[in-house]
Amino acid sequence: MRLILFVLMMLAAPLVPAPALAVEPDEVLDDPALEARARELSAGLRCVVCRNESIDESNADLARDMRIILRERLVAGDSDDEAVQYLVDRYGEYVLLNPQPDGVNLVLWVSGPVLLLLGLGIAATTLRRRARPEPPLSDAEKERLRDLMKH
Amino acid sequence: MIVELGHYALILAFAISLIQSVVPLVGAHKGWGDWMAVANPMASAQFALVALSFAALTWAFVTSDFSVALVVDNSHTAKPLIYKISGVWGNHEGSLLLWVLILVLFGACAAWFGGNLPATLQARVLAVQSSIGAAFMAFTIFTSNPFTRVAGPPFDGRDLNPLLQDPGLAFHPPFLYLGYVGLSMAFSFAVAALIEGRVDAAWGRWVRPWTLAAWIFLTIGIALGSWWAYYELGWGGFWFWDPVENASFMPWLFATALLHSAIVVEKRETLKAWTILLAILGFGFSLLGTFIVRSGLLTSVHAFASDPDRGVFILMIFAGFMGVALTLFALRGAVLESKGVFATVSRESALVLNNVLLAVSSFVVFVGTMWPLVAEMFFGRVLSVGPPFFNAAFTPFMVALAVALPLGAILPWKRGNLRKAAHSLRGVAVLAVVLGALVWTLQTGGSILAPIGVVLGGWVVLGALADLWLRAGRGDIAPKLRRMARLPRADWGKATAHAGLGVTIFAIAALLGWETEDIRVARIGQSFEHGGYTLTLTDVHRVEGPNYSSTMGIVDVTRDGAPVTQLTPEKRVYPAAGMPTTEAAIDYGLFRDLYLALGDAQDGGGWALRTYVKPFASWLWGGCILMALGGLISLSDRRFRVAAGARAAAPEPTPAE
Repeated sequence: MRLILFVLMMLAAPLVPAPALAVEPDEVLDDPALEARARELSAGLRCVVCRNESIDESNADLARDMRIILRERLVAGDSDDEAVQYLVDRYGEYVLLNPQPDGVNLVLWVSGPVLLLLGLGIAATTLRRRARPEPPLSDAEKERLRDLMKH
Repeated sequence: MIVELGHYALILAFAISLIQSVVPLVGAHKGWGDWMAVANPMASAQFALVALSFAALTWAFVTSDFSVALVVDNSHTAKPLIYKISGVWGNHEGSLLLWVLILVLFGACAAWFGGNLPATLQARVLAVQSSIGAAFMAFTIFTSNPFTRVAGPPFDGRDLNPLLQDPGLAFHPPFLYLGYVGLSMAFSFAVAALIEGRVDAAWGRWVRPWTLAAWIFLTIGIALGSWWAYYELGWGGFWFWDPVENASFMPWLFATALLHSAIVVEKRETLKAWTILLAILGFGFSLLGTFIVRSGLLTSVHAFASDPDRGVFILMIFAGFMGVALTLFALRGAVLESKGVFATVSRESALVLNNVLLAVSSFVVFVGTMWPLVAEMFFGRVLSVGPPFFNAAFTPFMVALAVALPLGAILPWKRGNLRKAAHSLRGVAVLAVVLGALVWTLQTGGSILAPIGVVLGGWVVLGALADLWLRAGRGDIAPKLRRMARLPRADWGKATAHAGLGVTIFAIAALLGWETEDIRVARIGQSFEHGGYTLTLTDVHRVEGPNYSSTMGIVDVTRDGAPVTQLTPEKRVYPAAGMPTTEAAIDYGLFRDLYLALGDAQDGGGWALRTYVKPFASWLWGGCILMALGGLISLSDRRFRVAAGARAAAPEPTPAE
């Protein structure tokens, strides 16, 4: 799985983030409630130089900067949305691991339920059609049945 | 010389595969026995040649032949032997050769063990399988030759990526490929059946063991990869919804669906067209996964741009095989007449529900994986789709599946009664809810996630036990237990695999709900408390490995004054590859893992140290092992060993159960 990812990274030779500690002890906020909020928010924000890692998991310097900015906004009294928006304004929609449900993204969000309804609908019609009683025996079949019963 | 022999053997195998994909097909069409008969020896020859080719490449790695470009890039003389061998497939070219080797092995198996198949079906299966082989051998030979020599051989290699120098990852790719490629058998059988124009119980009895085998390998491969991520990446995550992970997960979901619908074909001779479609799509997703991973399209735009040939080639393979197979399906699908009639409430319908949930959830993963690409190409929005989306969009399907599973599993074939089934399982339901409520009361605070996991996991596990219990019939306990022991292995396999799913569901919920974490600067000699344990960093020193140097922390763990264990989290640097890795230290336990990761030295003295207590982490892999074990038990069922493919003139009557 990630094996091939890393092989690819190696072949293409981009930066390989060193897997080590993500959140460093000196970043942790003193207020546990605020820190918990920061952790939860940072799990949903992408480290923009990493491969599919949130800033909470990543060890990259940029991720550290983003974690610190996020914590600064929270300490400054921003709400969760405001703090996230602050990062989105600077790094783009790309940082959101949970894509915004607006515009064409709605396709992404509704695809699951729509496909499920479609699948269940098709299955239900097919099953109902199949569940219809079998057509009565034809005359030839009745004849054959009588033959069989005689023996 | 040996390397050239390997190269030559591969080219020869390619030539044979081209002939084998045409001649038997023509023979089967015209009814020429001798043309069909060439398929068997050719399949064996292909396997022998590709095995020779693979052995030659392995030899180059083991002897560190640095005149071969691939060895230079992925090996080093100081590397332990096992990683010299695993280095063969720890790269694009070599792993492709492994892929081809497994592909021709499956083809050869169909030749060796398929003697009791109808001659035309076997010839067609071998031809289709060989055409897949031909495509991938062409891909290997023309775009990714593993045998390329270098003009000036260096004294030593550049070493294998250190992250891959790990026992878990050494065996992860072979298992994954056995799974991916195993689905090609189901595909070949599906296409051959479409050409043949008939699908019957014997076909189902043949396809099922192959699919089951592929599914077992895929399950183990995915679990190994997930376990590796857990202990290697330094914070104990086990699933990331990464495109390359999804690439293996989508075929797994389809294989699971196919496994279940093939039962219906085998036992009830219905849902034929749907099963054929699943077999085609299952392999299609496995090709698509290969495309995603190999082209690097989703993981790195640069990798794709730097070598567009590979991506385009796989896309052509994918489009070609899917195009032909789906066209055939559209033309011939209607010919596959279903025999069995069943009511809306029946085992058949329950399996249809299983199929709908699995297939749709797989499509959801597909849409989420491809969406960033689509959004950027067509709508100019650069965005990410990550774990929060997948967790929200995918989990409901698995919850629905888990809720429906025990009920569906005990419904009788043809016609069932939902109220009766629910009545038989009322004890199980009550027990599961009581367990959940108990856990909820006992845990102080904490999320609702873990108790829900207990209810759901308990429902599935107990439901699987109840399934066996109910199948043993009525009467006293002693004879009932005897009858239970004598149930077909397929029944035991089914219950084991279902219980494994329940255990996995519980473990995921417990791990996510109850995990605790501690991040701190630990000074040498200083103790701290976490999760009831007292941890003391007694020393940090340097250790030299065979091809790396390590910074190793020594942490003594005690509980209530009694020593528990000593853990040694490491940070390693591999000089040849110039890359650091973390080696977390884990004290595995039945009910919890204690997980330690060492960070950097801090400016003010001391070391960054992360401590986690991960409840029931082992149960996650345990559940996967149970699922794979269930598959194995089912695979050993008598009817696969004895009657595989046998088309007796008077088929044994299958009890309606």
